[in-house]
Amino acid sequence: MIKKITSPASEEQLLSLNAGDIVQLTGILLTGRDAAHKRMVEYLDHGIPLPFDLNNQGIYYTGPCPARPGRIIGSCGPTTGSRMDSYTPRLLNLGLKIMIGKGQRSPEVIQAMIRNKAVYLAAAGGAGALIARCIKKAKVLAFEDLGPEAVYRLEVENLPLIVAIDSRGNNLHELGPARYKI
Amino acid sequence: MREINTSVIAQTVEQLYIQACYHIGEDVKNLLDKARKTEESPVGKWILQQLLDNIDASHREQLPLCQDTGMAVVFIELGQDVHITGGSLTEAVNEGVRRGCRKGYLRKSVLSPLKRENTGDNTPAVLHLELTEGNRVKITVSPKGFGSENMSRLAMLKPADGIEGIKNFVLDTVVRAGANPCPPIIVGIGIGGTMEKAAFLAKKALLREAGRPNPDPDTAGLEREILHNINATGIGPQGMGGRNTALAVHIDTFPTHLAGLPVAVNIQCHAARHAQKVI
Repeated sequence: MIKKITSPASEEQLLSLNAGDIVQLTGILLTGRDAAHKRMVEYLDHGIPLPFDLNNQGIYYTGPCPARPGRIIGSCGPTTGSRMDSYTPRLLNLGLKIMIGKGQRSPEVIQAMIRNKAVYLAAAGGAGALIARCIKKAKVLAFEDLGPEAVYRLEVENLPLIVAIDSRGNNLHELGPARYKI
Repeated sequence: MREINTSVIAQTVEQLYIQACYHIGEDVKNLLDKARKTEESPVGKWILQQLLDNIDASHREQLPLCQDTGMAVVFIELGQDVHITGGSLTEAVNEGVRRGCRKGYLRKSVLSPLKRENTGDNTPAVLHLELTEGNRVKITVSPKGFGSENMSRLAMLKPADGIEGIKNFVLDTVVRAGANPCPPIIVGIGIGGTMEKAAFLAKKALLREAGRPNPDPDTAGLEREILHNINATGIGPQGMGGRNTALAVHIDTFPTHLAGLPVAVNIQCHAARHAQKVI
């Protein structure tokens, strides 16, 4: 069964998600990857307010290809979440609720997720063309100088995802392989 | 002596770079389809279906298969009876990458390693040039994404470590990589030579038709055994559990020094892209 969720999500919605659920997400996401995370944390270190509000928001770890003329966006699949690990707990403390990427997260991130009732959803890595179809609007929101690493505001419709780590810390990247190990 | 102008080289690299980013080979597609049919994990099956649907979406929507259109790795086998005219061969390759990136709407991912300043056109390419007999030029463009490249490793094993040591090192590399390189993966393994030779062999092994065994029966047996061991880890598609962690294992070997046993493991995601042309 596919669960439908929205972003921003209600606390009730987030708590209802379990590791291993297949979901379709509709709503608003920000993008951000390595360089944008580094800059966000530099802003926080210097007491500079971020140019966007992270409270109750979702961040999609991606750096899209450029759009062809007349198109919304280029290929737009997930990148490896663990490269954001060292920055993530601080963003979760600002109210970040949804992270979308691929691959394992650190114990520190999972602890911060549990404290802040946040979820980590996985998109199919390498399915950038399929995912681009779900993106209905895209505009650069901040850090334009970072090129493919700029922060975009995306409007997405029925984005296909799997709950990799739920808000109680259940982790499909641990549970799944353990079940199929020979 | 046959003359080939650098403009032909640039044009070929441009075309191959775009082709590789938009069209996956039938070999990989067939292995993904086979994996989908055999996968026992429902989540794994769902992911493999997404990857096959993505190939379809990429064709229909004229979008690159993956947004990580990589760093361009270019292999040129240059016949020694060819004279390249019209300027620098290296610059011609970079011009091909530059134009391919622009015309193919590919991502500009290349930057200076320390200052992290983007070069703005995805150049330079990593160019591997080999001299061969004859008057032909074989060009292969293999865009390499870094989700998988980052998970690659090299070890200078001891001769006493032997084949068991190789198997353990490869398996450990795949387990450490887990979900990060976008499994199901293809594993390129270079055994022997020197440090850089082993790494080169591992990279080049990835260019082989996916799943085609090494012609040497013993090496092919080792490929089968390692593939079996990798798929027994249960890592599965996207590291969420399942039977299909790797689609293929390709090993290439080269004689080495009596004191050493270099082993390089180059991990390739399921978007195993490369395109080739002989001029």
